[in-house]
Amino acid sequence: MSALAARRRTLPGFGLTMGLTLSWLSIIILIPLAGLFLKSLELSPEQFWNILSSRRTLNALRVSFGLAFAAASVNLVMGSIIVWALVRYRFPGRRLFDAIVDVPFALPTAVAGVALTALFAEKGWLGAPLAALGIKVAFTPVGIFVAMIFIGIPFVVRTVQPVLQDLDPEIEEAAGSLGASRWQTIIRVILPSLAPALLTGLALAFARAVGEYGSVIFIAGNLPNVSEIAPLLIVIRLSEFRYADATAIAVVMLVVSFVIIFAVNRLQRWARSRIPAR
Amino acid sequence: MTIEVKNLVKKFGSFAALDGVDLKVDNGELLALLGPSGSGKTTLLRIIAGLDWPDSGEVSFNGEDALAQGARERHVGFVFQHYALFRHMTVFENVAFGLRVQPRAVRKDEAAIRARVKELLDLVQLDWLADRYPSQLSGGQRQRIALARALAIEPRILLLDEPFGALDAKVRKELRRWLRSLHHEINVTSIFVTHDQEEALEVANRVVVMDKGRIEQIGSPDDVYETPASAFVHGFIGESIELPVQVEGGVIRLGDRPLRLAADGLAPGASKLFVRRHDMLVGPPGSGAFEGAVQHVRNFGPVQRAEVALSGGETIEIDAPRDKELRAGDTIGLNPRRYRIFAG
Repeated sequence: MSALAARRRTLPGFGLTMGLTLSWLSIIILIPLAGLFLKSLELSPEQFWNILSSRRTLNALRVSFGLAFAAASVNLVMGSIIVWALVRYRFPGRRLFDAIVDVPFALPTAVAGVALTALFAEKGWLGAPLAALGIKVAFTPVGIFVAMIFIGIPFVVRTVQPVLQDLDPEIEEAAGSLGASRWQTIIRVILPSLAPALLTGLALAFARAVGEYGSVIFIAGNLPNVSEIAPLLIVIRLSEFRYADATAIAVVMLVVSFVIIFAVNRLQRWARSRIPAR
Repeated sequence: MTIEVKNLVKKFGSFAALDGVDLKVDNGELLALLGPSGSGKTTLLRIIAGLDWPDSGEVSFNGEDALAQGARERHVGFVFQHYALFRHMTVFENVAFGLRVQPRAVRKDEAAIRARVKELLDLVQLDWLADRYPSQLSGGQRQRIALARALAIEPRILLLDEPFGALDAKVRKELRRWLRSLHHEINVTSIFVTHDQEEALEVANRVVVMDKGRIEQIGSPDDVYETPASAFVHGFIGESIELPVQVEGGVIRLGDRPLRLAADGLAPGASKLFVRRHDMLVGPPGSGAFEGAVQHVRNFGPVQRAEVALSGGETIEIDAPRDKELRAGDTIGLNPRRYRIFAG
């Protein structure tokens, strides 16, 4: 009876797809990562610790994670506003702006880096007026921050947009007719409904910014301890044939990223549990 | 609270959703806006609520201009067809919402809010669902919570937009009766929109029949059913037989056949004859105004519904009592017990 039931699943192909999923994820993701960990085992715990606690490594990690988080936060706020305008209003050029959001997805990151550098260099269109104000963007951490905002924005917009589109305008009308001000409606009704999507967008923009290499190295100036990102330090170590050093930094990045993504994921699940599926 | 609407016009592009509507609603009334989709009934309701704005016309509550206020200031409870509950809030918080967003100066304290929500949940008989989320409720329960939420702010007027439209037939019938008794209990001036004539006739004190942005008739449920004011109302409410007839020289003709029906006081010209299905009495051939052959017969509980081909060629459906069985192929005479003729 149960064997018969098992054979007559309404969705056949469980074994096949599950097998493919596991093998594929192993080949593409798990085995390379395991190799990374194995490589770092060549170091003694003491060596490992020395590499990590060196000033240059710590500064590189701080620059990468700190600026990535700051950039993701800015993207969260600005991305939400952009989504709001794109979804809720009809204005000339809306489709064009909608398409422009995807440009950072599609543009080779090196091209983006060169373009941003040219724009923000001391003689650039934006760099010159900013320099007059005493703000230097290119070849400083601010430049890294700008590049990370650039590459992260589509992640927030594209995750929040469909959720806002699905949000029934009637719930805003309901809130209004119950006496809520516009502000109360946004804080108490709209934002909580969007919370899971906002968190997902934040996590994706953050992950993308941490891992970003191409656009950042052009604009960063890459001054050790000041504007050197961790991925660049890994590349430098590799070019010096200090493979174990490189993997040690990589392992730390991996672990920290994993912990952060995991935390955001839990937060997201918590937010979602308050909005059970319809 | 009385509501007065004067010469309301609302256009969407070239489509006139409301084309000069006048309406007075008395204090404590339970009024139904009835009409087919596109008749403007929902637009009228939304304008009264402050969710839409008219192109011209007036809306006043107790004589004061309501259009000067937004939805937020009007103090109107609105119930949406698809409930519009806040999905991320429990039932309790949904009902409490209107109390929590009040300006600090008039906001009740937490204990008073809890007591009020409890009272409302008791009123809609769903106090045991307070900690659930809307997605865990059935459609009927959701709509009752939406109603409790709207009542929380002690609205001056209660507006319901197709409140039972998304529910299945059985729940809809239960809720109708429940809404009427609830209205009896709280007695707040209420307007509900429906396209379901049975709902309008069963629940409302007065029915407003709308078509194409205009009011066709306002009256008690009996009025609109028994003495329809226009061909539209007769055709829309109750099941009617509609026949194109010609009035000339005191004679009513169907095709080229004169009907043995009184034509006193009728304007000559092309007209429409309306008879309720159950008002067509069956007799032997030659006994009535019409003659026809029974095509086929279906039985619906107390009545038999027969499709009859009239001798002039038209096919009509009649509802006859089951004391005399009709059979396909019978030739019968038909005499309308009551009928109405509208010009046009």
